[in-house]
Amino acid sequence: METDKQTPFYQQHLALGARILPFAGYLMPIQYSGIMDEHRAVRNTVGVFDVTHMGEFVVKGPDAEAFLNRLTVNDVTALDIGQVQYSAMCYPDGGIVDDLLVYRFKDHYMMVVNASNIDKDYAWAKENLLKGVELRNISEKTALLAIQGPDSFAVLQKLTELALHNIPFYHFVEGELAGFPMLISRTGYTGERGFELYHDPAHSVRLWDALFTAGRDYDIQAVGLGARDTLRLEMKYCLYGNDIDQTTNPLEAGLSWITKLNSGDFIGRDVLLKIKENGPERRLIAFEMKDKGIPRHGYRIFAGDSEVGVVTSGTQSPSLNIGIGLGYVRSEFSRLGAELLIDVRSKKLKAELVKPPFVEARTV
Amino acid sequence: MNVPENLKYTNDHEWALVEEDVATVGITEYAAGELGDVVYVELPEVGATVAKGDSIGTIEAVKTVADIYSPLSGEIIEVNGALNDNSELINKDPFGEGWIVKIKLSDSSELSELLSHEDYKKLV
Repeated sequence: METDKQTPFYQQHLALGARILPFAGYLMPIQYSGIMDEHRAVRNTVGVFDVTHMGEFVVKGPDAEAFLNRLTVNDVTALDIGQVQYSAMCYPDGGIVDDLLVYRFKDHYMMVVNASNIDKDYAWAKENLLKGVELRNISEKTALLAIQGPDSFAVLQKLTELALHNIPFYHFVEGELAGFPMLISRTGYTGERGFELYHDPAHSVRLWDALFTAGRDYDIQAVGLGARDTLRLEMKYCLYGNDIDQTTNPLEAGLSWITKLNSGDFIGRDVLLKIKENGPERRLIAFEMKDKGIPRHGYRIFAGDSEVGVVTSGTQSPSLNIGIGLGYVRSEFSRLGAELLIDVRSKKLKAELVKPPFVEARTV
Repeated sequence: MNVPENLKYTNDHEWALVEEDVATVGITEYAAGELGDVVYVELPEVGATVAKGDSIGTIEAVKTVADIYSPLSGEIIEVNGALNDNSELINKDPFGEGWIVKIKLSDSSELSELLSHEDYKKLV
């Protein structure tokens, strides 16, 4: 068996006393001071996430745009140079291969995919490659830090001459930060303002140190995958493997907004058109616990006595101090305000179907 | 890792402080650390009779949920009501203010089956 890889920040995690677990082939920090504390740091000030485990593919060639437009459900032709797009790849049956980001550069594109799906996604992209399009997996050569929170701009601005406020949400620039060349992307998975910094792993440690020095006055904190999950869940951002996978399609997952059924053919489009016509049989809904209890992945959802669905993600919301969750329920039970019952270890606890996000996004 | 000498332990990471025929029970600092931030503690009813190894409650942390197993047989004579509003006491002071229940023992011979602090230290 292949041993788990260390990211370039591994020693930094150890020095901070992180709890480290293998995740998607990497030894990743799950938490440092505690999930609640780290979560609040991102909501209130600024946090730094090592997300080097994410996968990056470069797509190049005259037909790169056509290839990506067929591979992904969103409309790649709508992308400007310097813009980022949230998207997904589907199988012909509409099941989701992965959700991803697509970056448009002057003469190429970059796909950013989930860590646990890198091999699968690469094989899928390769299988569907158009002639003359070059596909290169640069995941091993790319380190990634996310800096997220209301003070992220202030901290990062100390380290670069670039005017960060001129980078709109879901856009990026290539430039120098802390003296190193990098891709500065105005993206994130937290619902807060922030950036993601793609860079050469050779510079990782010095970048980390520069960030923590610059962030000292802002109480900058390292944040692990535990709080990354509670932060994204408060936004109802989908997590592949929990809320979406090959057995779910983008329409039932609430991803119609990225699924452009009228902008050219893509893999899975035929099936999705039919699903759209009839309406999905189930929908991914967001709910808040009314009783004291925490919903978790796999718990059953009831409406009265009938079982109507299953929880895909759940946690105690550190911002709201109540249990929150996502789950699929049969569409007729997906009305806002409906009362649901969550089977929490054989106790049926009350929950209310709510309009996401659970906490207001402050990304812009 | 803090493992007080005056306590007895279980393989499931509970501790017991035995004073005459009453045991005060909680979970160890190691267990609290593994669970992470505790959000709710579900406590048993006072007056309930429990056997050694029975689940007497649950601890809900942000990422996970764990049963609390009774280290000894007897009757629940007191529960730590402070945990209803301050479940984080289990993280802050697992061997003190984060205690969970007090059990009036029905079979003191079970005490010999618990782990000493040396044995428990080897376990964690």
